[in-house]
Amino acid sequence: MSLIRLENISRRYQMGGETIHALREVSLDIQRGEYVAIMGPSGSGKSTLMNLIGCLDTPTAGRYELNGVSVSEMGDNQLAEIRNREIGFIFQTFNLLPRADALRNVELPLIYSGKPAAERRRIALEVLAGVGLADRVHHKPNEMSGGQRQRVAVARALANRPSLLLADEPTGNLDSKTGREILALFDELFQKGHTIIVVTHEEAVARNARRIIRILDGLIASDERMDGRESKVEGQKTGADGRAVPAPDGTAP
Amino acid sequence: MSGCPPSQKTVKTRSITLLLGELQENFAMALGAVMAHKLRSALTLLGVLVGVFSIIAVMTAMRVMQGRIESEISQLGSQTFMIRKWPAIFFSLPEGIEKIRRRKNFTLDLCQQFQKKATLARNVGIQSYFWAGEIQSTRARTAPEVQLLGETPGSFAARNWSLAEGRILAETDVENARDVCVLGHNLATNLFPVVSGVGERVKVDGINYTVVGVLESQGTSLGGDQDNFAVIPITTGLNRYGGARWRTLNLLVQAPDQAGYEPCREQAEGILRAVRKVPPGEPDDFEILSNDSMVAQFNAFTLAVRLGVALISSIALLAAGVGIMNIMLVSVTERTREIGIRRAIGAKKRNIMAQFIIEAVLLCELGGVIGVALGVLGGNLAAWLLKFPPTVPFDWVVLGLAICSVVGIVFGTYPAWKAANLDPIESLRYE
Amino acid sequence: MNFLTELREGLSISWSAIRANKLRSVLTTLGIIIGIVTVTLMGTAIEGLHQSFLKTISFIGADVLYVQIEDWGPHSRLEWVNMQKRRAITVEQAATLASELTAARAVAPVMTSRERIRFRKRSASNVQIVGSTEDFFLTGGVSVAAGRFFSASEAAGGRPVCVIGSLVATNLFPNESPLGERIKIDQQPFEVVGVLEKLGTFLDTSIDNQAIIPLPQLIAGFENTHNLDQIQVKVKAGADLDDARDELHSVMRKIRHLAPADADDFAINQQDQILEMVHKVTGTIATIGLFITGLSLCVGGIGIMNIMFVSVAERTREIGVRKAIGAKRRTILLQFLIEAATICLIGGLVGLGIAWPVTLLMQRFLPAALSLSTIGVALLVSLVTGVLSGIFPAWRAARMNPVDALRNE
Repeated sequence: MSLIRLENISRRYQMGGETIHALREVSLDIQRGEYVAIMGPSGSGKSTLMNLIGCLDTPTAGRYELNGVSVSEMGDNQLAEIRNREIGFIFQTFNLLPRADALRNVELPLIYSGKPAAERRRIALEVLAGVGLADRVHHKPNEMSGGQRQRVAVARALANRPSLLLADEPTGNLDSKTGREILALFDELFQKGHTIIVVTHEEAVARNARRIIRILDGLIASDERMDGRESKVEGQKTGADGRAVPAPDGTAP
Repeated sequence: MSGCPPSQKTVKTRSITLLLGELQENFAMALGAVMAHKLRSALTLLGVLVGVFSIIAVMTAMRVMQGRIESEISQLGSQTFMIRKWPAIFFSLPEGIEKIRRRKNFTLDLCQQFQKKATLARNVGIQSYFWAGEIQSTRARTAPEVQLLGETPGSFAARNWSLAEGRILAETDVENARDVCVLGHNLATNLFPVVSGVGERVKVDGINYTVVGVLESQGTSLGGDQDNFAVIPITTGLNRYGGARWRTLNLLVQAPDQAGYEPCREQAEGILRAVRKVPPGEPDDFEILSNDSMVAQFNAFTLAVRLGVALISSIALLAAGVGIMNIMLVSVTERTREIGIRRAIGAKKRNIMAQFIIEAVLLCELGGVIGVALGVLGGNLAAWLLKFPPTVPFDWVVLGLAICSVVGIVFGTYPAWKAANLDPIESLRYE
Repeated sequence: MNFLTELREGLSISWSAIRANKLRSVLTTLGIIIGIVTVTLMGTAIEGLHQSFLKTISFIGADVLYVQIEDWGPHSRLEWVNMQKRRAITVEQAATLASELTAARAVAPVMTSRERIRFRKRSASNVQIVGSTEDFFLTGGVSVAAGRFFSASEAAGGRPVCVIGSLVATNLFPNESPLGERIKIDQQPFEVVGVLEKLGTFLDTSIDNQAIIPLPQLIAGFENTHNLDQIQVKVKAGADLDDARDELHSVMRKIRHLAPADADDFAINQQDQILEMVHKVTGTIATIGLFITGLSLCVGGIGIMNIMFVSVAERTREIGVRKAIGAKRRTILLQFLIEAATICLIGGLVGLGIAWPVTLLMQRFLPAALSLSTIGVALLVSLVTGVLSGIFPAWRAARMNPVDALRNE
């Protein structure tokens, strides 16, 4: 079963008196454990596609199945829950709460999923350690560098053990060195078995992924897999030695 | 431009033009800023609206009631004053009221003594009020609540009562306590719709009286009420309705003219002090009332109330001012970049300050105009419910609008000052 | 996420938001503070006024019924004139009543006059002279400060004794004891056997300017009539007031020979009626006063709504992020609602803190006290203001489209 299945997805909206076709009849399958880049120039519809995949938006037509569940007709509250439990967003401008420290920022999705305080704290500390920020736990965003902020954002995205990490131009606001660090982090997460979708217009960033989907004018222009390094097994991620790879906290995904 | 330097007049004209231009520019900018954030501006001016409404509505209502009460009080003729034991309005501690109650009554005897001695007065009347049951004539009966006024001949002139038919009471009527009466206009019409009442008999509380005269309509602002009474000799009234011991009578004194008013009044005071044996140095143990004095007394009495009410109702405006300051501060922060640009182009601090103060004043005035309109409506609505005549307190309208400007200036000053003192370089950098 | 967690989360967000922009928070709260202070003070003042009214009429016994020609209630000129025409209530009727009424502990006929009282060189004028029996001691709401009230035999036999009010005593006997002295009520000599406690005032009359003498004395010496002003009936302790009133009513009708079809030609008055009038008056004052001060609270609320809209707009991005991470609409709504409510509650508490010392100052003029109920109402009003002011901005925040919100700025 695919993690993400899009069937004839369209997204139209009204702007002034005109109808804009942001996405036209897009169909797509993404499996668990894939590392996908969605590329396209501005106006191509890549952001719209990302919003739809991330359940921030609903399609005008077509069907979207996430983890076997049809989400295209879900109501606002249900979508919110899906975003909370299944999706981990990582933004170009980090989008951390400016007045809260790193720990609190990472705890946010855990609060919304109703976890008790002690457990929240434990998980958040764990995840922050996982991205290498154990010593910055009580720093506020304005006390951290760009790279550190993005790491916090990644930690936050991982907190609720989502099925999918969705990154929108994750290195756009970082210098090249820090950008590479973040991409290395993504690689690490991919090795651990996470499903990652990166939306970008930079070729260099897209090259890091294992599959590049190019979008143009609301349609998929091409869909290439980079053959070689990793094989695809449905439902589970296997490492180079062929054994199943555990999830970040040690249990299988 | 020619090589000649501009004349004094041209310089002045130019600076005035500049000032006006600046004002116009500021006004246009202010209007633009207000329209840019419609919801925000609407809520801000709503606050001022409510504040102004509060003051104006209350003041209008008070003015209406005051007008009504004043017209009730002003019943004496212009040269006439009333002397009696009780003041028109008293608002004091019970001990004070007790003191007045203990004053000597104005008895008929006392009043008649006064009448003999008051040479400077043109007319002196002695008066008391009685309440009768119904008055019947052969044709009709009245509603059972007619006011009987016991008077003497002098009262008629003192009260500015003009005669329509017949005659007024005579001294002999009073001396002999005759059962005669003079009817008020409406009463006469009710009792004798067809013929003249003069010479006819009426029954008052079972006793027959002969009508000797009918008065003209007094036509005061209170309408017909004033004409629904009958006048009988005061002696008749005292005999019939008793109370010779506890009643205190009123003296009505009419001065000959404007010039003679003061001497007449002074003489009256002197006579009464002597007759009532008030020791020199002690204050009068009676009151001298005239239209003006009663109105003044009423106003003094209500002054405290009016001030208090004005104060309370202006508190809402204070809260509105605070709201204005808050929102203006937000506005300043949001437009930091814009302020930086203006300064970079050459605006001085005072230009920036003026801009924001004018914006604040504009918002206040917009709210103020609507608030004043609603306030006048609201106050008059309350008046209408209480059946008082409507008023538009123009002085409070102007005052209200002026206060709005003041509020705008006062509460807009700090944000404007902050805006003016922003560092231009930092402002341009502001995201 | 259960409600308690949402509440806690909302409170912590509010607190950090309030601290983030201190000047703004202070000004916003100030609007509410002004409103709460004025409303609280107005409420306390009105309550004080009400209490002072009640105190004033308290000398009218709650368990005393007054039989008179006139009704105490409001009536038109016409009604009043008709009432004046009724047959008088007489001494004989009172006597019959006393013997027939079972529910009464005391029945006192009351007749009044106004005379001047002289003692040696001093005089008190316009003193109310009350003629009654010894029962007046129980019905009249008086108590004796010195000496005694006159006895049944003195009352019946008409000995020239009197009990004087405190003001009369002060006026005629500034330096000595009045007891045993002979005073002249309008030339007629009376011996003072007792002095009453200070009672204060009723409306604008000082009740202390009175003297009480046996009824026969008043009739013989002054009024020469058997028509009473009123009959005061004190109900037995523990008896039901309404039952007593019913019995009094039927007995009086019998005494006055009224046929079953006839209307009453007398009135039975009790304290309740005046209480009703007092309530109406204070009710009107309260409505007007609270309306005016309520306007200032309204303005404060408008200020909060305005600032909350600004706050929501400023945090559009943040709202988008929260939604992206999984916050439901309800959560966002509650977050901002709690923020508005918190500001208002803080304003309410501070307002109460300011109002309290002012109410202490008020106590010099009125029996005004900041009652617990006023405090409770003030806090409740703050809370409601917060919710009402915050609901629209919060609603707007909750309904934001996360995609647009994230794109903001």
